[in-house]
Formats: sequence, C-alpha cells, structure tokens
Amino acid sequence: MGDVFVIIEHRRGEIRDVNWEMLNLASQVAPEMGGNVVSVLLGSGVDEFTEKLSGACDKVLYVEDALLESFNADKYQRVLSSIIDEHQPKIVMVGHTAQGVDLAPALAVEKDLPYLTELVGLRIEDQKPVGVRQYYQGKVNAEFSFADADTYLFTVREAAFEPMEANQKGSVEKVESPLKEELDYRKFIEYQEAEVGDVDITQSDVLVGLGRGVREDKNMPLMEELAGLLGADMCGSRAAVDAGWLPHDRQVGTSGKTVKPKLYFAVGISGAFQHLAGIKGAKTVVAINKDPNAPIFAEADYGIVDDLFKVVPKLNEKLNEMKG
Amino acid sequence: MKTFVCIKYVPDTSEADVKLDETGLGVDTSRFSFDINEADNYAVEEAVQIKENHGGEVSVLSIGPQSSEVTIRMALAKGGDDAIRVEDSRIFEHDPLAVAKVLSAAVKDQDYKLILTGCMANDDGNMSVGVAMAEELGIPHASMVKQVEVLDEGKVRAYRELEGGVMEVVELTLPAVLTIQTGINEPRYAPIKGIRQAKKKELKVMSLDDLGLPAEQVDESASKIKLNKMYIPEVEAKAEFIEGEEPEEKAEKLAEILQKGGLA
Repeated sequence: MGDVFVIIEHRRGEIRDVNWEMLNLASQVAPEMGGNVVSVLLGSGVDEFTEKLSGACDKVLYVEDALLESFNADKYQRVLSSIIDEHQPKIVMVGHTAQGVDLAPALAVEKDLPYLTELVGLRIEDQKPVGVRQYYQGKVNAEFSFADADTYLFTVREAAFEPMEANQKGSVEKVESPLKEELDYRKFIEYQEAEVGDVDITQSDVLVGLGRGVREDKNMPLMEELAGLLGADMCGSRAAVDAGWLPHDRQVGTSGKTVKPKLYFAVGISGAFQHLAGIKGAKTVVAINKDPNAPIFAEADYGIVDDLFKVVPKLNEKLNEMKG
Repeated sequence: MKTFVCIKYVPDTSEADVKLDETGLGVDTSRFSFDINEADNYAVEEAVQIKENHGGEVSVLSIGPQSSEVTIRMALAKGGDDAIRVEDSRIFEHDPLAVAKVLSAAVKDQDYKLILTGCMANDDGNMSVGVAMAEELGIPHASMVKQVEVLDEGKVRAYRELEGGVMEVVELTLPAVLTIQTGINEPRYAPIKGIRQAKKKELKVMSLDDLGLPAEQVDESASKIKLNKMYIPEVEAKAEFIEGEEPEEKAEKLAEILQKGGLA
C-alpha cells in the first residue's frame, strides 16, 4: 500500500491548521505512490471532526475512546503503533508541533522507522520519498533520501504548505481502540491558560518587534523611543522574552501570539519560522537586520541591511523632526 | 537524586550568514564561535536548581570535540558534579535517533532519576533527541517543559508549553526525560569559585567502544536517513531594500516611506 497517513492534531475541540497543510502535502505525494490520503483521528467525542476531515482526504480512520480525551503522547504512540502494524501506510505525517515532537521521536524509535523532522519539502522519486528540512533556523536546506522501508515517519513544519481545500467526499471508518486502561506513568493533569498582560498585542495597529539583535537590556530605551515615535506597542521574538526585555504576553510566534498590525517594525529579528508564523497577518513589515540573508526579509516589505544601533538612533531623530 | 543533563556544543550563527563547506554536506563553521546550545543552558540551570532544592548530583553528558570541554567545564562550574564527553567520529550526528542511542548507552547502567536536555538544538532543530532517549531507555518523557516541580513519591510534574502559550500539565513517574524550553529559568553565570572547582571535577572521555555500543548501530551506514546535499535556500526577498551610503541616509529614506504610507 502506498497510503499517506496524516495524524490529525486537535486540542480542546479544535482541529489545528497544520492538519490541512499536511493533507495538502499528502495529496501531492500519495498518487505518485498509488496510495490514498488517510486522516488518522484519535480522541473522545471526535465524531464531529470526521465529516469535516472527510472533505479533505480519501478516508478518515478514527479511534473513539474516552482514554484519548486529552492528548497523551504515550497513549497516542500505542494506538498509532497498532494502526501502523495493521494498515502499513507508506508515509506517516505528524505536525512538527508541541504535540508532534512529543510523540514522533518515540514512535520512530519503537517502530525503527526512517525518520526526518520538520519537512519543508517532500517529493517522490522512483516511488521513494526525498525530504527537505532546514538547519540553522532556515539558513541552510538539507535534502535527505531514505533506506528502503515499509513505512516512513515525517514531522511537517507548520505554515510551510498551503492548506487543503475541502472538496472531496472521503469515507469514514472507525477503528477499535487498543487501549485498555489509563497509563500510570504519564498522567494528564490540566491545561493552563496563557497569562494575560496589560496590552493585547493581537489588537495593536503598530508594533515594534524586538529580537536577539537588541543584545542587551540597556538598549531598551532606544527601542522604547522608536515605539513611542511610531505610536507602537512593543513585542518580540522568543529570544527577547527569554532575555527578560519583555513579558511573556508580548511574545509573537507559534508559542506566543499571532498579530495583525498595519505596521510591524522588526528590529534585530532574524525571522525564525516560529516567529514569522505569528506575523503573517501584518499589513506592512519593515525589518532592520545586519544579515542580508535573514529570513525576515522574505516576509518584509521594506528592509534595511545595517547595524541597527546606527540606523535606529538616526531614524528616531528623523521621526522626531517630522513630528515637530 | 541524580540528574543527567545532556548538552550540545553548537556554533552561534544567529546574526551571520552561513556558507557551506567544500563537501556540500556541511556548513563552514570556522568563522563562528561555539558555545552551549541555548535550550541546554536552561536545562543545566534547571538541573542545578533541582539539586539545590532536592539534593543529589548533576552529571553533564555531551557528544562533542575536545574543544567543547570549555563548555562542559562551564556547566560543571555552575553546579555540575562530573561529566562524560563522548567523542567518536563514526557517530552519524545528522540522525537524532543515532545521537539518542549514543546518549542512552552512556546513562543506561547508571542510577538516575531525571534526564534533562534542551528541547531544541539551534543547529539542526530536530527537537527529537530527548524524547527518543526516553523510548530507548523505556522511561516516560515530557517535551518542551517550561516549569518543573519535583513531587514526593518519585514523581515529577511538568508544564509543557504548547502553541499560543497554553500549558499542558502532566505528571510523570521517575525516572523520566524532560526536554527543557528556553525561558524556564534565568541561567546563572558561573561563579569564579565554581570555575576554579570545575577544573578538578571528573570529565571522562569515552568512545563508542568504551560505551559498549557497536559503531554499526549509530554510524552513517546504520542510519535510515541519508544526507544527499545541503544548499543555501534562496530567500525570496520580498523586501524592497533601502539603499544608502550611510545608515543615516537609509534611516532618512525609511522615515519618508513611513510618512508617505501614513505609518508615521
């Protein structure tokens, strides 16, 4: 069988975007291997998702089990291991997400599968997959081929592929859950909401986004001055938040907020994809960075390649003059 | 309780462009400075804090060249008790499953309660080694952990950071692997006294043979993935670059653009 299985990721009643992207990627490669695109859905009370998913693939396999109410990597692994044994898919795709990276490496080890992470490209050559992933935060691409295997396991980067349109009429098949009881060694306790801060940056019209390039706490007044002159709220990459320059609720990207300002002014941000995923909704992006190959320039409308500590003071001066 | 903390020695490429080496299968890292991987630095801090609050020892484990010993000693200076450095050119480091096998071989006969490592390496970004180790060792894991609470009765509570900043709280039975997310703590600087003491701490260097791990299990031929080539992706620079002789000229032009666009 040349089927491509897409492990559906959902949380608290919502199907996450990465699923539609994986289904689209799967639909590009499955025909070349003479197989179908199959959504694999695990959960409790997930019947409602099956119809939506069946519109975007050939088949939905779903496991309905109260033991799968919340995500648990170990339970998922057990169920998927048995599904792989039984159905022998050629390719299994998992999102390169907080859920996916908690699951996929262990599954790869258990089943001894060829395993490549965070695909940004996948094609089939002579019936075999060839995958592309990135190193150094997107600065280098690497192409991999694989040993012959019955099943290949890949994690797929979020927002790297267009979402699948739901215009099909796939079948739906329920699979018995192999789980018998709760696992005592890993227990889900609860979800905790993200903290709420004084400014909701998802609603800001103008944002100054700070990155690692700001370097030190003592450079913050310069950034605050720029934000003040632009009438902007401040936000930043994970690096800026980890450094303590900004509170957690100002983090933009996959593990933070998704923003949609009229102007996003990126200072010293190289543009890791996790960050870029959070600014796709920005109308105009301006970026200042020393590295001309920084991925942020792929997302920016205007770019300055230079030392931000030389450009920003001059820009502040100029903006001040314009105000006066 | 004993904690192993696995660290990686990586080049800092955050603010520079990278070039390939002549093989086309690697990056020319000669211009870069190397240091402990960012998330691993947080893992070291977390391990030391657990030791300070709950007793026990911290062992540092790393695969790396001799030059990485400076970084390993730094982790010892911050509170690590001893270290193992595995060096063996046969390890196929592009494969996170091979790396996990090697690290697992180094700890498997030891008495430990926790294994901590960064959730992501800044060079390859696989986010896989810690979780793969847990499977190799047959123990539970939680990845992308942003808070750790060691409980009584041999358990640990881990707060996993999910997308959007939501936390998934899980309880694991020890021993367990936790992969640590950046920002979980404030990594300390090594104290002078610690740096002095670190020089005397045991740092064992081991090969695959010393680990009793056949090279044929973790070398390139063993791996199910094969690196065909590396290449620099063309960044489709959508950006209109603002040119100028001096930073001042660029700043002026940008201010004008912002003004014209009604953005300033």
